[in-house]
Amino acid sequence: MSMGGWPAVLAVGALVLSLLWYLSFSAARLDRLHARVEGARSALDAQLVRRASVSLQLATSGQLDPATALLLADAAHEARESVPADREMAESELTRALQAAFADPQVAADLASDPLGREQLHELTASCQRVQLARRFANDAVRGTRVVRRKWIVRSFRLAGHAEWPQTFEMDDTLPNTLVTSQARPGPSTDSVT
Amino acid sequence: MCPYSWDVPGGVQFHVRDLAEVLLSRGHEVSVLAPADDDTPLPAYVVPAGRAVPVRYNGSVARVNFGPLSAARVRRWLREGEFDLLHVHEPATPSLSVLACWAASGAMVGTFHTSNLRSRAMLAAYPILEPALEKLGARIAVSEDARRTLVQHVGGDAVLIPNGVFVDRFARAEPNPQWQGSGGTIGFIGRLDEPRKGLPTLLAAMEAVVAARPGVRLLVAGRGDVDDVLEDVPPAVREAVTFLGVVDEPDKARLLRSVDLYVAPNLGGESFGIVLVEAMAGGAAVLASDLEAFKQVLDDGRVGSLFPTGDVDRLAAGICRLLDDPAERAALTTAAGDWVWRFDWDTVASDLLAVYETVAAGSGAVGEDVTRSWRDRLRRSPD
Repeated sequence: MSMGGWPAVLAVGALVLSLLWYLSFSAARLDRLHARVEGARSALDAQLVRRASVSLQLATSGQLDPATALLLADAAHEARESVPADREMAESELTRALQAAFADPQVAADLASDPLGREQLHELTASCQRVQLARRFANDAVRGTRVVRRKWIVRSFRLAGHAEWPQTFEMDDTLPNTLVTSQARPGPSTDSVT
Repeated sequence: MCPYSWDVPGGVQFHVRDLAEVLLSRGHEVSVLAPADDDTPLPAYVVPAGRAVPVRYNGSVARVNFGPLSAARVRRWLREGEFDLLHVHEPATPSLSVLACWAASGAMVGTFHTSNLRSRAMLAAYPILEPALEKLGARIAVSEDARRTLVQHVGGDAVLIPNGVFVDRFARAEPNPQWQGSGGTIGFIGRLDEPRKGLPTLLAAMEAVVAARPGVRLLVAGRGDVDDVLEDVPPAVREAVTFLGVVDEPDKARLLRSVDLYVAPNLGGESFGIVLVEAMAGGAAVLASDLEAFKQVLDDGRVGSLFPTGDVDRLAAGICRLLDDPAERAALTTAAGDWVWRFDWDTVASDLLAVYETVAAGSGAVGEDVTRSWRDRLRRSPD
């Protein structure tokens, strides 16, 4: 090889090394994002289950009128038992059932008048809020992952492997508005996460 | 995790300090890594990360840490802390925060305080920041402005959780009779030498106010050279102004309890407006320029009066109107008294804990991102 060829060889070598580095960097990054999506989805799942349990407890506690209790219990049950394909719909139905149950501000006020009811009300509000948060975080993780998976390097080198294309979780998670006001000044939280 | 120098007071530092204290009082364990000299007296929960260097970034001077030594300190802190969750403030500043984002893995939350990221700088920095920012399990913005900036420049979404104030501390402060007067007193808190804080606008408006209402007093608290400020100010206005210099937190609360009216004539560059919240908590009627951030804190003028930003005549008219009308002031302070609780640390900390729990539930404990270190080494050779 002539003397003039060496810089070219070095340049190509450097280029290949950079590409290899970028490949491994992108793979690690994508791996981390997939882990984040999975974690955020399991957190959302846990919060949805919690919300359904709290709703069911409230419905069976005898503190609501029988018609409302029946409606709420049914929606909570449906949400818990739904298959993945119907999950978004069932959870939205539970949101609507909660909105209907708490449409009259008197319902929340009555519950808040005794210690057990207040506790349940607090639990319910907390779980509804956490569903909102968890869903946002999960969908944000999905969005971030999709951006990276659309990059040419990820597509051309199939860095995503067999991982499924991440899906957002679409549902109505609006808080019943009579619950928002009752939460305006929540008491000190007793949970211990730092 | 705090990006700015602990020795120098500022909004983000106060936010981190107050949050740490609220969390400690609720029985959590907190460790704050912040730039500070090793010999600065610090609260027990603050770990100093060495002297901060002033640098220009995003259009203003910030005192921050960077370089290999700081990176090593961040790693050691992460390793030894065994944290359940890492809360990074201003993750888009070239400082400890961005170092922490790179170095950590696990449950991470980031709070964005600023609303004036310049797009050109962000475009250049984006490829560097993106892989670090996408580790954050949740992003928090302190105001709608900060949230919009984030969404525009970085993409994605953010949860809105405002800055906190200890409402009780302000509401229970003792008024100081020296700072009151029958002619009406007006308060202003902010740096004297920072034109964006709007003191020159207020002093210009005072000319008309003094003429219309002899006996009115303006109390100004903040750092800066008084002579510079008064250079072009007519004697009648000078007589009405009292400069208090830098006031500590208890005196700030007493000042806001004492005055009839708090004026915030800022011209821009505010992403939140914590002092308005403090004024409302202290029971002062608020008159503020109609910046987007202020409008939100004042619920679009319902709990505090607004005037067009920089408009001296309208400001003067607003001051006179509010001083002349105790009923309007009372209506504003009553509405503000209820409204302000949403900014109370009790509410804010509970919201933050809800975010912490949700994020912690979906990811493991905080650790070092070990995959980074060998890649760092590899990266140096080809580049």
